[in-house]
Amino acid sequence: MSTAVHRSGLGQAALDVERIRRDFPILDQTIHGKKLVYLDNAATSQKPRAVIDAMVRYYEHDNANIHRGVHTLSVRATEAHDEARETVRCFIQASDASEIIFTRGATEAINLVAATYGRANVGAGDEVLITAMEHHSNIVPWQILCEEKGAHLRVAPINNAGELELEAFEKLISPRTRMVAVAHVSNALGTVNPLRKMIQMAHAHDVPVLVDGAQAVPHMPVDVQALGCDFYAFSGHKVYGPTGIGVLYGKEELLAEMPPYQGGGDMISSVTFAKTTYNVVPYKFEAGTPDIAGAIGLGAALNYINDLGMERIAAHEQDLLAYATDAVGSLPGVRLIGTARERAGVVSFILEGVHPHDLGTVLDREGIAIRTGHHCAQPVMDRFGIDATARASLAIYNTREEIDALVEGIRVAREVFA
Amino acid sequence: MSGDLGELYQEIILEHSKAPRNFRKPETANRQAEGYNPLCGDRCTVYVDLDGDAIKEIGFQGSGCAISRASASMMTQMVKGKSKAEATKLFEQFHNLVTGKAQAVQASDLGKMAVFGGVSKFPARVKCATLAWHTLQSALEDKHETVSTE
Repeated sequence: MSTAVHRSGLGQAALDVERIRRDFPILDQTIHGKKLVYLDNAATSQKPRAVIDAMVRYYEHDNANIHRGVHTLSVRATEAHDEARETVRCFIQASDASEIIFTRGATEAINLVAATYGRANVGAGDEVLITAMEHHSNIVPWQILCEEKGAHLRVAPINNAGELELEAFEKLISPRTRMVAVAHVSNALGTVNPLRKMIQMAHAHDVPVLVDGAQAVPHMPVDVQALGCDFYAFSGHKVYGPTGIGVLYGKEELLAEMPPYQGGGDMISSVTFAKTTYNVVPYKFEAGTPDIAGAIGLGAALNYINDLGMERIAAHEQDLLAYATDAVGSLPGVRLIGTARERAGVVSFILEGVHPHDLGTVLDREGIAIRTGHHCAQPVMDRFGIDATARASLAIYNTREEIDALVEGIRVAREVFA
Repeated sequence: MSGDLGELYQEIILEHSKAPRNFRKPETANRQAEGYNPLCGDRCTVYVDLDGDAIKEIGFQGSGCAISRASASMMTQMVKGKSKAEATKLFEQFHNLVTGKAQAVQASDLGKMAVFGGVSKFPARVKCATLAWHTLQSALEDKHETVSTE
């Protein structure tokens, strides 16, 4: 049914979800005797065979350290690593591959900017502006920086739907603001922020903008040049790639001026005990042997979804999100948390009389994986006066039948706790 | 409800989670501690009126899942009137029970709380079941820091 529904709903060009599902080996299993329904994609997505194979192939045929050897394997490994960087550049429409820095994930990417650009440009009495919907990874690095420098963290408010209050945001940009750091898509609410407007507002005051794109890159086409952002961070494992690899995009002129992040091999051009000169970007920010296999896996993941088409992926997921929001939101006792007009990938909710954690356990027994808790966004929970939510989050391989299974599971939970 | 789930959410556990006992701060309380489970956001404050070595009165407040509320509620009933050493021993037995290490004899010592044996099949829920106990321990030791189950 799902294939027919998706095709008829979206026309000839719609995703063939049943075929996509066969590309993901992990989906073909039962949990507690029930068909696995994986709806925890905002925590981490599953990996297609293409990614797993690319990493196995690398380790079986090409493994060597990069930028070091003259031997054939080192040359192959270096080329594969360079190719992955180029794949990332192309995927987010950066102008040059040197603007793509590999990190461990979005968290490290944000920490890198706070520790380098932040340390160099934020001083006592200065301000860093974030929003009330940030993940802890886009709060804590700035708090650490502000504490160290005697600077202030400012927080732009959100309304009851979970949308940014844009006027308040603009008013909070002051002559002391040195950095704006915002989520592209909220992991706890699914809210899509009006980035272009926000970036224009910040740039009107000559303030650079870092975008945490961890929850956006899997769900929509991202063009960093069209957005105009100064930094863009995302994780590989949320976009069908492996864990341990992520990306920081930065405008070349900013990266060139920034001090290095960590010291070590590969980030230098020459070292004596008297003085070290640093390598050019992006290598200046990539000390030590990088996660070569991870970068190759990420490249394979981006190629995989690029072949499917980001526009088609977005259409499939928006269709599914609307279906899920209706189905879950109309259940008795359900309160949706995050009802922004523009959302992506996430249905967050609480069920009257059933704690999210208990709901998660009942659903697990039905084979359904969702996330329950504060989603590393405690200030969002405080904003809505709750401790936790249940969150179903979507990916390319999810179907309407799986949403139906979720709805049935929520009914079971209501019976258990009635 | 399927087998494992039925063992976890036994009737008495559901009943205590909906109507927790001693869900208050006793006026005579002279010890208190806070517990927090960052994984699910469960919060629990345990208040104790400690008379010498005896738990004369006990209560708790907070928010959390059914397992953590029921465990806290039944714990307060169980340790009231007990000595510190007895409460610590009960915690050890309870911990063994929910982590699947309990012997049948020990489980019977726990009386009604033996119903938490089903938790051992849900490793992700052990922290929910033990939060109140960890917090009680902290209150009895008069520590002034929030107990975290992480």
